[in-house]
Amino acid sequence: MAVVSSNSTVMNNVEAVRATLYEAMKSDDRTLVLGEDVGARGNVFLITKDFINEFGPERVIDTPIAEASIVGIAIGMAMEGLRPIAEIQFADFIYPSFNQIVGEAAKTRYRSNGEYTCPLVIRTPYGGGVRGALSHSVSIEALFYHVPGLKIVAPAFPADVKGLLNASIDDPDPVLFLEHKKTYRLIKGEVPNGHYTIPLGKANVLKEGDQLTVVSYGLYVHWALEAARTVERDGISVEVIDLRSIRPMDKTTILNSVEKTRKLMIIHEDNKFGGIGAEISAMVAEEALFHLDAPIRRLCGPDVPAMGYALPLEEAFMSSPSEMAEAMREMVTF
Amino acid sequence: MATTITMPQLGETVTEGTVAQWLKNIGDTVDKYEDFVEVSTDKVNAGVPSPVTGTIRELLVKEGETVATGTPIAVIEEVGSATAADLPPATEMPAQAAPAQTSRGPSPNGPTASSGAESLEESAMRGASPAVRRLAREHHIDIRTIKGSGANGRITADDVLSAARAPAGPAPIPRPGQTSTYAQPVPGTLVPLTQARRIIAERMVESRHTAPHAWSMVEIDVTDVWSWRLREKDRFEREAGHKLTLLPFFIRAVVESLGAFPLMNSKFVPASGSGQAAIYVNEHVHIGIAIGLPTNLVVPVIKNADQLSIKGIAIAAGELIEKARKGKLGVDELSGGTFTVNNNGANGSWASAPIINAGQAGIVTMEAVVKKLVVRDDDSLVIRRMMNSCLSLDHRVVDGYVASGFLADLKRRLEAMRPQGEL
Amino acid sequence: MASTNTATGTLERHGLSDEQLRAIFRNMLLQRQLDNRGFQLNRQGKVPFALGSEGHEALQSGAAMAFNRGRDILAPYYRDLGLCLGIGLTPYEIMLSIFARAADHNGGRQFPNHYSSKSAGLMSFSSILAAHLPHAVGAAYAIKYRSEAGRAVLATCGDGTTSEGEWHESMNFAAVHKLPFVMLVENNEWAISTPLDKQMAQPEIWKRAEGYGMPGRRFNGFDPIATYAAVKEAMDRARGGGGPTLVEGTCYRYLAHSTDDNDMTYRTREAVDERRRQDPVPVFETKLLEHGIMNAEGVAAMRKDVLRETNEATDAAEALPYPEPADLYIHIYEGAWQPWQS
Repeated sequence: MAVVSSNSTVMNNVEAVRATLYEAMKSDDRTLVLGEDVGARGNVFLITKDFINEFGPERVIDTPIAEASIVGIAIGMAMEGLRPIAEIQFADFIYPSFNQIVGEAAKTRYRSNGEYTCPLVIRTPYGGGVRGALSHSVSIEALFYHVPGLKIVAPAFPADVKGLLNASIDDPDPVLFLEHKKTYRLIKGEVPNGHYTIPLGKANVLKEGDQLTVVSYGLYVHWALEAARTVERDGISVEVIDLRSIRPMDKTTILNSVEKTRKLMIIHEDNKFGGIGAEISAMVAEEALFHLDAPIRRLCGPDVPAMGYALPLEEAFMSSPSEMAEAMREMVTF
Repeated sequence: MATTITMPQLGETVTEGTVAQWLKNIGDTVDKYEDFVEVSTDKVNAGVPSPVTGTIRELLVKEGETVATGTPIAVIEEVGSATAADLPPATEMPAQAAPAQTSRGPSPNGPTASSGAESLEESAMRGASPAVRRLAREHHIDIRTIKGSGANGRITADDVLSAARAPAGPAPIPRPGQTSTYAQPVPGTLVPLTQARRIIAERMVESRHTAPHAWSMVEIDVTDVWSWRLREKDRFEREAGHKLTLLPFFIRAVVESLGAFPLMNSKFVPASGSGQAAIYVNEHVHIGIAIGLPTNLVVPVIKNADQLSIKGIAIAAGELIEKARKGKLGVDELSGGTFTVNNNGANGSWASAPIINAGQAGIVTMEAVVKKLVVRDDDSLVIRRMMNSCLSLDHRVVDGYVASGFLADLKRRLEAMRPQGEL
Repeated sequence: MASTNTATGTLERHGLSDEQLRAIFRNMLLQRQLDNRGFQLNRQGKVPFALGSEGHEALQSGAAMAFNRGRDILAPYYRDLGLCLGIGLTPYEIMLSIFARAADHNGGRQFPNHYSSKSAGLMSFSSILAAHLPHAVGAAYAIKYRSEAGRAVLATCGDGTTSEGEWHESMNFAAVHKLPFVMLVENNEWAISTPLDKQMAQPEIWKRAEGYGMPGRRFNGFDPIATYAAVKEAMDRARGGGGPTLVEGTCYRYLAHSTDDNDMTYRTREAVDERRRQDPVPVFETKLLEHGIMNAEGVAAMRKDVLRETNEATDAAEALPYPEPADLYIHIYEGAWQPWQS
């Protein structure tokens, strides 16, 4: 990792996760990591490489292959005062733990009237573009963002990864921490040194503009930014917002932007029907209808079960910066 | 559409010209072929005629300044081509003002075809985005006056905002903080609009934009009617408590002419969700009478005027006028008119081109009664009391044939009125 | 006193004093009384739901005696009224739950019988069978991780729950990591309408222990002393770092699953009545009388006192208010987070 200045270090997303986890383990004995292959193997992306040597097998637990209990056991640890960070190896494997996440973790505080709490982080890599096919490419945020009691974040930049992971670890409630696997090594950026947190529920305006608001997150926020810069050369001014936090979601930033530009497009990799874009569209229609000069548009993944292994199938599923640019042009000239 | 005028080449070898004098200011109207600037070269002084009819938007060169041939010197905003019925701006008596709660909904005598018929402005707004609608309302802009710059000519929110920022003529610069009232306007100040004024403004625009106005006039010999009126007026004023003017006699003739020309008592019904466009012939005759108050017009309605005698009309009119002056007209009294009469003559007006009350087919005036020397067919000269009557008509509903027939009929009836029996 | 010679034979006490035996018996009476009170209130129309534990009194009261209050952790399921009473919950707290009062531990949010008490070490649980077991395992891990000697987690479930995947996952993990964890299965032969032979091919649940690499044993759940012995042995092993144990207590579910169940649609009155002969409450009462640990007057007084305690708790809880409608919105997260953050 290159040190750019004494205040920050350039690293990619996977390095940002690793560095943040390392510091969290070092600074708080209550923190431990559990999941499949996180110990001796150091995680399939090497995020926890060598952690077991430094922190020991009691703190870096290689669990049996049992997703439901990875989360369930972590819940019990959290209820009993530890700060577990559970890992689901790929988001596609999370379904067996759905009850533990939605029925148990999300409701622990609520059903016990605040007597018991669940300060738990569940980390998982999600998203496609890596020839991952049906079981290594899925986006899961829409399945969970519906659930009161859960928090969900999906940072796209290394500095956000660190700040939001720290905030998630500190958070007294269960947080689903989504890491887009394609951005692991693809996205590099400066990460401030030292411990800091970014509050959940705050989006980031990556690029200001006044003709169109584009809201996105994850890998696609990078493509959207690229597309916005492309159309800027033709005088088209697009504002790009990185959600960063899915639940809670930042209403003020979105509404301020829509009131300025009067046009909104939501871009996400996940399937369109019932995706994050649907909730954003409904909220904007409820609260800013009379500022809209064009229908809200959602440029999203097709409503098919998965992206296929064959390259043409994956490419047909994923959107490209040029498709996004074309959509931006259409919206602005409407 | 804006037309840019450039410095003409006034002479074969001339390469430049000087603006000697602007003959028009920004905001002035100019006709096609009317000179709007005087340009001088070393050879000649010449007036330059405007290539279009419109309003001067910008004057780009100062008086005395010399510029090369082809340099833009002015911008003229072209207006739509003038129709035969358009007159140059003259005193226009507004056709109807309405109180705050005038309904835009179904008319009281309307059938289902016309009930709920929205104005053209409303139907234009329906296709507009929420932002456009809101901005248009906030800035009181009729979006039909805006050209859309969006895809397929869509009016965008930016288009509305541009229109709002560029009102007709340069934006007035009042003295800071200075306002005055409509009743006592002070030069250099802003007069805030009352609700009534705002509605009058909207209604005038709507009527003018909706109905193609045509205009006609007749001269009526009211000598005998006048005598009749003089004979009856003292007794009438004693018994009824109101003044007796020529108005009720005129209205009586009007309702009879409307009976003979029912299309004049009708309205144009645009196409809507409930049906095709049509002309609705009103079942009743409700005559609106325009009454000028110091700050605005009101047009109360004499309901079923065709069933009233001249005396009945006079009493009804007298009561309405009294209420109007006291500001006590009810919503019911201000709505439902099918035709309007405007007694314009009090101030000596000889002709006027009134704006039709939206929803009616015509409006007729009484101009001043003037003693004139009239030449009879046998070339004898007589002194008679003459009164012009002007008619603005909705050309969608009636053509000149019906309109002039109506006016001719009205003239005939009035000239045939003789003092006889009861009013 | 290891045993007492009486006409009916030696009483194997496993170290329990007379006082402790009487305490176990009182807990059994209280369990049955409170159980019954729930059904009475339901029939009065005062509460919409009741779920009973008749048949489990010995098993739960005996197990509770093996639980170290203030040290151990309990991860029960919703039929464990007696066990929760036995580890320190009061009848008043039970009635607050039945009446769904605002003062209830759960603020009236949960079904009755879903007890929770941080101070008593009673882990909050949901209605989802076996979902609580990984939590119990995680809590056991925390105890071990923090090297807290003398502490163990007692987790319970019914025979039906042992079919759930998470029962298996929990047993496996507890064994792999040798956790201070005791899995007490209360085998009452019924999972709502599913009898044991439709639930599993191997009817002796304790035998699975070998498959997981942990010790296992079975005991007579109608016998509170045998229960105590088995559970104590397992808990001591866990507290001492010896790892997990599977203990299976056999008993019978005398009532239907709950007020929403009609058990005569899947079993016969005769079959149930036949098993009533083993009803642990009268059986243990007889035993105590026979061995002179209690006399008839004492039993009568105890019953009367249990009724008094039940009545007082009922009245006290009934007089309190429900939660407010606005209470719906609290304790979702720490602080007042909304999904849309302004």
